[in-house]
This record gives sequence, C-alpha cells and structure tokens, in this order.
Amino acid sequence: MGRWRRKSMGVSCELGFLNMAAPLSVEVEFGGGAELLFDGVKKHQVTLPGQEEPCKALGARNHLDLTLICSVPSSPGDIRNLLVWIKKNLLKERPELFIQGDSVRPGILVLINDADWELLGELDYQLQDQDSILFISTLHGG
Amino acid sequence: MCEVGEDYRESAPGGPPLTRPGREQKCVKCKEGPPVVVIRAGDAFCRDCFKVFYVHKFRAMLGKNRLIFPGEKVLLAWSGGPSSSSMVWQVLEGLSRDSAKRLRFVPGVIYVDGAVVVALTARVRLFCKVVIPHFPEGAACGRSPEDRARTLVEVEQVLQRVGFPSHVIALEEVFGLPPSVLRCFAQEPESVGTEGAYKAAVDSFLQQQCVLGAAGEEPWSQPRPQGPQSLAGPPTAVQTEALSGLFDSVKTLTAKEELLQTLRTHLILHVARTHGYSKVMAGDSCTRLAVKLMTSLALGRGAFLAWDTGFSDERHGDVVVVRPMREHTLKEVAFYNRLFAVPSVFTPAVDTKAPEKASIHRLMEAFLLRLQAQFPSTVSTVYRTSEKLVKAPRDGCAASPPGPRCLLCLCTLDVDSADSATAFGAQTSSHLCQMQAPGPQAEAGTPTTLCCCPGLGGAQGCCAREDPRARVVGQLCYGCRVNARDLPSLDSLPPYILAEAQLRSQRAGGEQEIQAYLLGDRDDEALPGGS
Repeated sequence: MGRWRRKSMGVSCELGFLNMAAPLSVEVEFGGGAELLFDGVKKHQVTLPGQEEPCKALGARNHLDLTLICSVPSSPGDIRNLLVWIKKNLLKERPELFIQGDSVRPGILVLINDADWELLGELDYQLQDQDSILFISTLHGG
Repeated sequence: MCEVGEDYRESAPGGPPLTRPGREQKCVKCKEGPPVVVIRAGDAFCRDCFKVFYVHKFRAMLGKNRLIFPGEKVLLAWSGGPSSSSMVWQVLEGLSRDSAKRLRFVPGVIYVDGAVVVALTARVRLFCKVVIPHFPEGAACGRSPEDRARTLVEVEQVLQRVGFPSHVIALEEVFGLPPSVLRCFAQEPESVGTEGAYKAAVDSFLQQQCVLGAAGEEPWSQPRPQGPQSLAGPPTAVQTEALSGLFDSVKTLTAKEELLQTLRTHLILHVARTHGYSKVMAGDSCTRLAVKLMTSLALGRGAFLAWDTGFSDERHGDVVVVRPMREHTLKEVAFYNRLFAVPSVFTPAVDTKAPEKASIHRLMEAFLLRLQAQFPSTVSTVYRTSEKLVKAPRDGCAASPPGPRCLLCLCTLDVDSADSATAFGAQTSSHLCQMQAPGPQAEAGTPTTLCCCPGLGGAQGCCAREDPRARVVGQLCYGCRVNARDLPSLDSLPPYILAEAQLRSQRAGGEQEIQAYLLGDRDDEALPGGS
C-alpha cells in the first residue's frame, strides 16, 4: 500500500490508494465469546480486496483523480473498512452484537498486533500486510 | 447528560475532549518502552510496566484489607471466564517461591458446571446453531453432550496446569444440598481481622516457617487428592431433568440469572464448609461490579449493595467471600490474559447472544458500557461509589440476636412488615384480606379460623389452609420476592430450600406459641399443637 503526498496547484493533499500489486492479507481473531458469532471459529485469514475497491465516499473508480480524493474520509485499507468487510463476509448472525454504527459494540476490545487500538488511531488505523487484529468480547456471556 | 431520547451512540457534544495517546508516546511510567495498552483515560503503559501495575493492584488489594490470614484455606471460585482465570493465575504466581513476598494461604479451586441451564435457555430462545453445551438427553439443536464433555476436558486441563486441589461440581448437585447451607453460623471472635490479630498471626506463621526450614513444601501439595473431587458422582438424569424443569418454569431471563447466581453461591458455600475453607475468592472485576451495583438497585437489592459489591461479604458467618479483583477493569484483565497467556475456558452463559433488552443485567451492562465509551470515568465513578458504602453497624452483635435472614440470598431481611405507608406495605396488607393467601408473615401451625392478630404485623391468615408459597415468600427479602414472582411454582425449587422454609416457619410458630404461654392472657383460646 502506498501513500503519496502530492502538491498540485499549491495545494497539498494526502492520497491513499492501494498498491496495484497485492491485496492485503491480515489475520483476524476473535476471543472472549465473540467467536460464537462466527461459527465458533476463532482465527480467520482475511484477504481484503485490492485495487478494484472503489472509493467509498464518492464512488470514484479512479484513484488518481486528485480533485476528488482529498475529501475522502476513509481509505479501503483501514479498520473501518475491515469491519464492513467482516460484517458482510464473516458475520453469520446477529450483527448488532458485534458492530454498532461504524465501530465495534462497546465492550469489545480491539488489539492490533497485541497493542491497544487506541494507541494506533482506532478506526483510522491503516492496515499493513500480515497484521493481526484481535477482537475480544468483555461482555457477560460473550 | 441523561435525557430521554438522547442517542448515546453519537458523540456527545458536551463530552470532554478525549486526548488519545499515540504510538509515538512512550510509556508513562518508565518513559522508555513502547506502549501497548491504554489504562484509564490516557495513560499508556508498556508491557512490563503494565504487568507490574496489574500484579501490584492485586497484592495491594489483599494486603490492604488484611482479611486472609497466613495458612488459611481459601477457595477460588473459578467460572472459566477471564477475570476469575486471571485471579487464579495471580494466586498461582503469588504463591510461587520466586515472588518477593509470597502469598501465604492455602488455595483450592472450585468450578461449577451450569451447562444444562445454558442449553435449556438456548433451546427456548431458538437461536442456537453454534457451539453451546447441551444437556445430556437433548439433541434439540444439533450438537450432542459432547460439547459439555469437551468443555469439561478443557476445564480439567487448566486445573491440571494450575495444580491446586480442585472441585468440579455440576449445578445439578443443588438437589443434594442439606438445609444447613442456608443457615448463618456465627463467626469465631478471634478470626475477626483486627490489626493486632493479623500481625500476630503473620509473625507466628513466619516463625513456624523458620522452624520447618527452607525445605518446606507448598502447603497445598501435602496431602493432595489425586484428581478433582466432587460431592457425588456425575449428575443423575433425574437431577438434570429437575434442574431443567426449574429453569424452564422461570419466566424472565432476569429471574433466571438471579436464581442461577443464588444456586451457585449455595453450592460454593457448601463445598467451602465441607472442606474447611474459611474464605472464598470471587473474581468480580471493577466493570462487573459497577454493572452489578446498578443492576442490584434496579432489582430492589439496594439495602445489600455493600455486601454484594464490597470487598468482603460476611453474610454467611463462617465463610467470608472476598473480591480481590474488584479494582481491575475488564479491559486490563483481557489485556493481561492475552499478553501473558493466562488460560481460560469460555463457557456460554444464560444470556449469551441475548438481545440487549432481554434482561435487566444486559440492559445495565449495555447502558454503562455505552456511557463509558463517551465518558471514560463512568465505570470508575460507579465503582468508587460502591467503595463508600458502609454496612449497617451491628449494635452489640453478640448481645442482640441477629434479625431474620432471607431464605435465598441470606442477607438480613429488609422487609418491615408493619410498614403501611409504603406501596409495598399496602400490597402485603391486601394479602391479608384475600381468601386464598394468608398474610406474608404467615406462621405455621395454627389452622384456626380465629384471627389472632388482625393487625399488619405478623398476622395470621383468615383461611384455614396455610399457603406454602406464602410461607416461603414471607421469608424472602424484597429483591428475592420480586424474583420469586417470576417463578410460578415454588415446588420446583430444590428441596433444601423448601425444607429450610418449613423449618424456619415451624420454629417461628413454636416461638409464638411459647410467647403466648409466657404472656399468659390467652388461656381461653384453643391452641392445638399444630406445629
């Protein structure tokens, strides 16, 4: 994944776009009872789709369109998108027990590479290849 | 802050700006290591400092309260969940030789297997498709008794690793408990933890250790039973059926959870008494206790908050329940367990995958956690409130006889039968006029048609037949009475509860009769020996 800063007409903006080469592969793990919502499977190897992913906010297909990109709040490789992906593809039942709004339900901890996600920007953390994301439910009964 | 209709999911405009520490920041303690976890509102700790902080909190909680004497037998109530597993692990590490100040008590572990109840609730809720243990006969949702067995195997493995004497008890064994479980035995005066007594005990223990020499073995490895012990053999089908019948008849999830908690407590208490444990350690964490405090208020147990959420709970008399994990939040517990590989066994509870409004417990938990996300000091504020609660002082505890105790939760009754001003008093007085049910304080033994005391306090009923339900309900505290309303038939309760209820009412009836004789102004009434 590459992140470029470009100055265009005196305005600098940050672009996020996926590397054309490989999609992201991360390991997603569930604990504390959260795995019950995923058929009891604790570890999942997830491959997030690569460059086909359109820009979420504006529907632009071309990431090199500078004038549109600057206002995009989320790029495809962040936790926010991972949650959307999980909800669509992994979550077997009762999404409201795992996801609330665009974040996880209060009471579910998120660890990225064994570190608190609060230190890494929470939903805005950009995923790197081979990252390990762990969701632990601290709710009673999972 | 708390307005009807306000949606807590959106960021509260009035909330304090939360400064999130970033990865670039160093650990606030040692200023060197990379931070891995954020505690409280903004303190980032590195792995080693976090471990020191966590262990210190545990030891400080035990040391501050000075209730556990050296050499005392302590039963660790392990549910398999993260905070009780963490507690067991802390005890294990604390007792090891390398720690600077070893813990000095003799531990045992108890695990209560309530899988039957979970399976039943899941079946009733018709949600089960995934791994939830089922009761032995049932093939209701696909999975067989293998799940229960598999969980037990995992439990055994962890207990083997821990190495303490362990007791794995099935919840069905409540049907074999004696009524003496529900009695409070007075505490011996010398075990009351005064400062001097504690110091003296520690000094004498240390002297003994010196005498025994450095080659003293761990006290619990001395005659250690071979495998996990149990009160009886594996549960019989009859008992399982009875237990499922009992929980099946409970109408609400709230009442189910309360009943489960009560039965579990009785079971643990019985094991502790049988095997000579004078203390029980429960793994309630800060978050859970905050939720429990709010839930207890909603359930009508406000009078007993200090016992339900405090560090020590002496309501049983000879066995004291302590909560050493009460200052650890669930986030800290979860992080510690992950970073330091503490084994735990996840067992689904009765409210697993229940919707948010399924029970008062779930609702309170969701409310508090959601508030905590916006206002990070919520849980600690509620917890600090629980620290300030003071147990009602006992005036001359040895002199005056203790008041009557609730049959189920064993707290001193908070019900004032002579109170007519409150709604509760009015409600109970209305029972007196009904044909079927005698008054809530119905005493056994006088099936006459006379109303001996037509007043509100301790009145006899008008009808000739005595109502066993009223007899039991009359011996419950307010919170337990509210729960009992969700139990249509009290006959499905385990026999020890009904037997003790019978015994208590007979004793009370007998006392009343004796009183009548002593007062001497009731010679003209016919008093058949009906007790």
